[in-house]
Amino acid sequence: MAKYSTNEFRSGLKLLLDNEPCSIIENEIVKPGKGQAFNRVKIRNLITNRVVERTYKSGESVEAADVLDVDLQYLYSDGEMWHFMDVDTFEQIAADKTAVGDNYKWLCEQDICNLTLWNDTPIAITPPNHVVLEVTDTDPGLRGDTSGGGTKPAKLVTGAVVNVPLFINIGDKLKVDTRSGDYVSRAK
Amino acid sequence: MSRDNQETDWQPAADQDVLIARANMLAGIRSFFQQRSVLEVDTPSLSQGTITDVYLEPLSSSCQSIDEGKQSLYLQTSPEFAMKRLLAAGSGCIYQICRAFRDDEMGRFHNPEFLMLEWYRIGFDHQKLMVEMDELLAAILNTEPSDTISYQELFLQRLKIDPLSCSDEDLQSLVFDKANGPKLEQRDEMLHCLFSILIEPELGIKRPLMVFDFPASQSALAKLSNTDPRVASRFEVYYQGVELANGFHELQDAEEQRQRFIEDNQQRKLLGKQQRKLDERFLAALENGLPDCAGVALGLDRLLMLKLEKKAIAQVMTFPIDRA
Repeated sequence: MAKYSTNEFRSGLKLLLDNEPCSIIENEIVKPGKGQAFNRVKIRNLITNRVVERTYKSGESVEAADVLDVDLQYLYSDGEMWHFMDVDTFEQIAADKTAVGDNYKWLCEQDICNLTLWNDTPIAITPPNHVVLEVTDTDPGLRGDTSGGGTKPAKLVTGAVVNVPLFINIGDKLKVDTRSGDYVSRAK
Repeated sequence: MSRDNQETDWQPAADQDVLIARANMLAGIRSFFQQRSVLEVDTPSLSQGTITDVYLEPLSSSCQSIDEGKQSLYLQTSPEFAMKRLLAAGSGCIYQICRAFRDDEMGRFHNPEFLMLEWYRIGFDHQKLMVEMDELLAAILNTEPSDTISYQELFLQRLKIDPLSCSDEDLQSLVFDKANGPKLEQRDEMLHCLFSILIEPELGIKRPLMVFDFPASQSALAKLSNTDPRVASRFEVYYQGVELANGFHELQDAEEQRQRFIEDNQQRKLLGKQQRKLDERFLAALENGLPDCAGVALGLDRLLMLKLEKKAIAQVMTFPIDRA
């Protein structure tokens, strides 16, 4: 098993903590002038997303987590798994419900997504910051009202519901920010 | 270390305002000591002897003209030994502003090379030197008068535990439960961990705080207390959660000093660290007789960082190590 010394700690480094993969958010060295140094570390558990604080004795070694971030193309879902492909090697990999989580709402076929793999298994996915999705259901649009003012909910092809301006119609394609879930604009 | 910005790395990290503030701070310190007739001295950075401290690592170099480069020359971790040799030779009260070097120290408040102010007052004990420290802080940082508290009282207040009498097991459980820390072998390491993770970040928020009478096991070069041999006549200064200074009522007994160096080395061996040759010139000076005095070292980069309300010492240095 690969190990990291505390000297190598930096944000983004992936460690194994209580047998779960974690990523360092913040690393601070505290050292009394006449005493032992410690690394005070803020770590995100990549499976639960929970942030914990840990203190390591400087010079200690900690087990590395075999975690890799890769960009893969989203292909389709079979209802149980979501399938992605490496566009260079055509190798396919499937992510389960735990890894995909609420992000299923933003998966648009052929988009390139970022997948976090732990021991070659997806544990998290990050869709592109912006995706274009079609409206499948919303109240009839108000013609001419392009100035904004009010909003209404619109259901998208993936099941996501976003607040949109009143002029949006069923069949329109919308650009949405996946980080906030906000409507950005109508797509051509 | 970042190698990303080779084109802009030549530029100083500190802007012009910081350079001016640094110059003013140094002028202020010199005038403070001149008014008190404390003599400015200048001792070498390189020395054939070095410290035995368990948790300090010196940087070393060598020089072809000395034993064909086979003799290590150590960069000083502080000017303490050289200044005490001056005191033993009859210098009277002295101060020095100099570079100090420590290996493996990097972070928001650490740079392997930093600027230190160290001074010694003959006839002072650590309590009296704390008063003078307070006057210096007021002169440079415009701080209100400091609070003071003993190390023992501080632990009782913050962690509800007596650091002088509690068991190792009690300390270790606090390290686990409150500091999310590792299993530690040494009692002092547990105390260091609890102190620096749980206590230090909250010290001296409004005005400086001086913590005095450290456990005897952390006495370093301080005398043990006359009234309670469990503690050493040592103090540290904290302001806004940052350790600024460390001072002692200086140990004069050469034999006891030698014994502590030997114990340091035994401790180093236990922890798998290289043992160090004792600095015999320093010990000879003590044998000759060090006057009764108190001394303190203050980190000037940290002082300037706090004065200018910066977040890291790198912001007040011309060329911190990653662009030096």
